[in-house]
Amino acid sequence: MKFVDEYRDPAAARDILRHITQLAEGNHYKFMEVCGGHTHTIYKHGIENVLPETVELVHGPGCPVCVIPMGRVDDAIAVAETPGVIFTSFGDMMRVPGGNGNLLEAKARGADVRMVYSPLDALRIAVANPDKQVVFFAVGFETTAPSTAVTVMKAMQKGVTNFSLFCNHVTIVPPLKAILDSPDLRLNGFLGPGHVSTVIGNRPYRFVPEKYGLPLVTAGFEPLDILQAILMLLRQIDEGRCEVENQYTRAVPEHGNLKALEILNEVFELRPHFEWRGLGFISQSALKLREKYAPWDAELRFSVPGVRVADPKACQCGEVLKGVIKPWECKVFGTACTPETPIGTCMVSSEGACAAYYNYGRFTKHQTVPVELTRSKTPEPV
Amino acid sequence: MSEGPGDEGSRRDYSHEDEVLERIEAWRRRRPKLKDEFINSAHGAGGKASAALIDAVFLEAFRNKSLETMADGAVLELPSGERVAFSTDGYVVKPRRFPGGSVGDLAVNGTVNDLAMMGAVPQWISAGFIIEDGFSITELRDLVADMAAAALKAGVQIVTGDTKVVNKGACDGVYITTAGVGVIPPHIHLDAKAVRPGDKVIVSGKIGDHGVAVLIARGDLALEADIPTDSAPLGELVEHLLAAAPNTRFLRDPTRGGVATVLNELAREAEVAVVMEESALPIRNIVNGACEILGIDPLYVANEGKLVAVVPGEEVEAALAALKAHPFGVDAAVIGEIRDDPPGIVLLNTVFGGNRIVDMLVGDPLPRIC
Repeated sequence: MKFVDEYRDPAAARDILRHITQLAEGNHYKFMEVCGGHTHTIYKHGIENVLPETVELVHGPGCPVCVIPMGRVDDAIAVAETPGVIFTSFGDMMRVPGGNGNLLEAKARGADVRMVYSPLDALRIAVANPDKQVVFFAVGFETTAPSTAVTVMKAMQKGVTNFSLFCNHVTIVPPLKAILDSPDLRLNGFLGPGHVSTVIGNRPYRFVPEKYGLPLVTAGFEPLDILQAILMLLRQIDEGRCEVENQYTRAVPEHGNLKALEILNEVFELRPHFEWRGLGFISQSALKLREKYAPWDAELRFSVPGVRVADPKACQCGEVLKGVIKPWECKVFGTACTPETPIGTCMVSSEGACAAYYNYGRFTKHQTVPVELTRSKTPEPV
Repeated sequence: MSEGPGDEGSRRDYSHEDEVLERIEAWRRRRPKLKDEFINSAHGAGGKASAALIDAVFLEAFRNKSLETMADGAVLELPSGERVAFSTDGYVVKPRRFPGGSVGDLAVNGTVNDLAMMGAVPQWISAGFIIEDGFSITELRDLVADMAAAALKAGVQIVTGDTKVVNKGACDGVYITTAGVGVIPPHIHLDAKAVRPGDKVIVSGKIGDHGVAVLIARGDLALEADIPTDSAPLGELVEHLLAAAPNTRFLRDPTRGGVATVLNELAREAEVAVVMEESALPIRNIVNGACEILGIDPLYVANEGKLVAVVPGEEVEAALAALKAHPFGVDAAVIGEIRDDPPGIVLLNTVFGGNRIVDMLVGDPLPRIC
C-alpha cells in the first residue's frame, strides 16, 4: 500500500535496529510511549520482539478510553437511559465498564445507543431526529477535541437545539506531569504523542527536558517511526543532549495547528479538576464547554448522577498507566480481566496497554521462524 | 543466523511471564461462560460471545453428537450408508443490495458454501422469508430473482419454503433463512482433527472484499471506493480442489469473523498452532486502505466467496494449481502453516520482521454483514 509500506520496510528496520543495539549496549534504557496509538503499533507489528533487550518500552497513559473513570461511564449510561435520548459514542467507549455495566448493556436493556465515527455524524442524527435529544459522548485528547468543537460551533450556527455534548475531553500535559512527579517511576525518556502534537505542536513538552531532565521525541505511528524515535532518544543520551525533538515532521508542525487551537479556545475552557482512571484527580487536566455554549452541554441539560466510583480493588490500571508494572504483572490480567469481561479500562480499548498485550503480544517471543510458503524441493545432487 | 531483526529478542528471561501466560491459557481452555442477562450484538458476531451463547443455551438444550462438532453443518449417515451434509443459516444483511450482490444471492451462496466446506455436493435448498408489513413486492421479486440466478449458477434447486409477514417495525424489511442438503462422496473425509504440523494453509483468493463492500455501501462512513462483494458458490471449486489434493484435511469458508476466526477455531479444535506470514496475505490495496482508515483488521472481515483449506505439504502445489485454474480461485495463495507449539494459538509473522497473536474476535466491529 503506497505511503504505508514505506514505513514498514524490514531492511530499513534492520538498519535502524543495528544502530539502536550499538548505542544501547552495556546499559538498560526504559522509554515510555505516551500515546495509546504507539502502544497499538508496537504490539501489532511485534516491535518489542525486534528490539534488543537493553531497550524496554513502558506503555503510558495516552489512551483516551483508558483514562475515563467509572463514575463518568455511569453518568453516560444515566443520560443514555433518559427517555427520548439517542446517545452516540465511539465504538471503543461502548464496552468500558462503569459501576453499573457498560453502554452496550444499556443498549440491550432498551436505550438507544448508536456507534458513530465522528461527532458530525451525531449532529446529523440530531438533524434527522428533531423530536429526540441527541447526545454525543466526547472523549479524547487534543487530537479529537477540535472536531468536537467544530461540531458544537456548527450546532450553534444551524440552531440545532436537540444536540448536546457529554464532554470528557482531556489534555496531555497534566498527566505527563503527574507521571513525572510519581516517586516510583524510573524512565530515561519519552516517545512523545504524535497525533496530539499535530494540534498542540512540540513546545508544550519543553518542561520535560527543562524541569525533569529527560529527552522527548515526538513520534509517528508506523513501525519505522517508532524505531527512529527510539534511535533519536539514544543519540541524545549518547551525545549528552536533552531536548524535545520531532521525528514526526511530516505531520507535526513546531507550533501546532493554530486554527485548531483557536477553535479549541473558542469552545472550551479548562475544568478546575478532573478525575483520571488510575491517576486520581488532576487539576486543570480536562475541558468543558464555555458559558457561551452552555445550551449544548449535556451535563447541564440532563440530570447526571456525578457519583465518584472507586476502581475495583483488584484492578491495577493505575500502575499500568504509570508504567510501574507490565500488563501481565497485574494480579487479574488475563483471568478475571480479559477483553470480553474487562475490569479495568486498559483492557477495553485496542490502544490500552493490557488489551494490546493480550490481543497481540502473548506467545510471540519463541516464534520468529518464517513460514515456508512453497514446498521445498529436494535439493539436486551436485 | 537468519536475517530477521528478531534475533536479539531471544535471549530475554521470560520465566515469570511464561507462568502468567500458562495461567491465562488454562483459564481460556475452560468452557466459555455466558454471564450476560440480555442478548447484545456481540452474541451474533461469531466470536467468543457467540460461542458462549451457543454453548450455554443451544448446545445445552439440544445436545447430540452431530451438533457437538460445532461445524457449519451436520454430517448425517443414511441407512444406505451414504452420508449427507445438512446446514442452515439466516441472512439479515443491511443494506439488502450492495455492489456485486444482494441478500438474495448471499442466502443461496452462503448455504451452498457451508455444504461445500463439508465436502458435500450441494443439491437442495429451502427458503424461509420473514417480511415486514408494507414491504415492496417489486423489491421482493428482485431479491427472489437473485436467488433463482444464484441457485442456477450453483447447480442447486430451491425445493421448499415458507412465508411469514410480521407487523411494521417487527423486522427490518425482509429476513431470509435457507437450509440445504448435499451428498458427500464416499472417499471424502474432512476433519479439523486430521490436521498435522507441517500442513499448509491456503486461502482461495483476496480476503475482506465482502465485508468492506457492505460497510461502504451503507454510506454512513463517508468513504467511497469501488469494491464489489466476492459472493460466489464454491461447490465446483471444492470439487476441483479435492480431485487435485485428495488428502485435503480441512475446509471452511471465512464468512463472519473472517480468516482469523476460522483459523482460531481450527487451532483450538485440532490443538495445533497456526503461523501466518503477513507478506503472503492476498488483500486488495483498496481493501487494505479502507481497513487502515477504519481501524479494522482485514483478517477479521467477512468473505462470501472464499475458502480456507489445510492440505498436507506434499499436495500443496497440486492444490494451489487446481484452485488457480478456476475462476473463483485465481488469486489463491499459501498463507501459513500448521505447527505444534503453542497449541490453540494463531500467530502472524509481520512484514516488519516482528510477530504477534491473531486472537479470537471480541465484540462486534461490523454488525450485520451477512
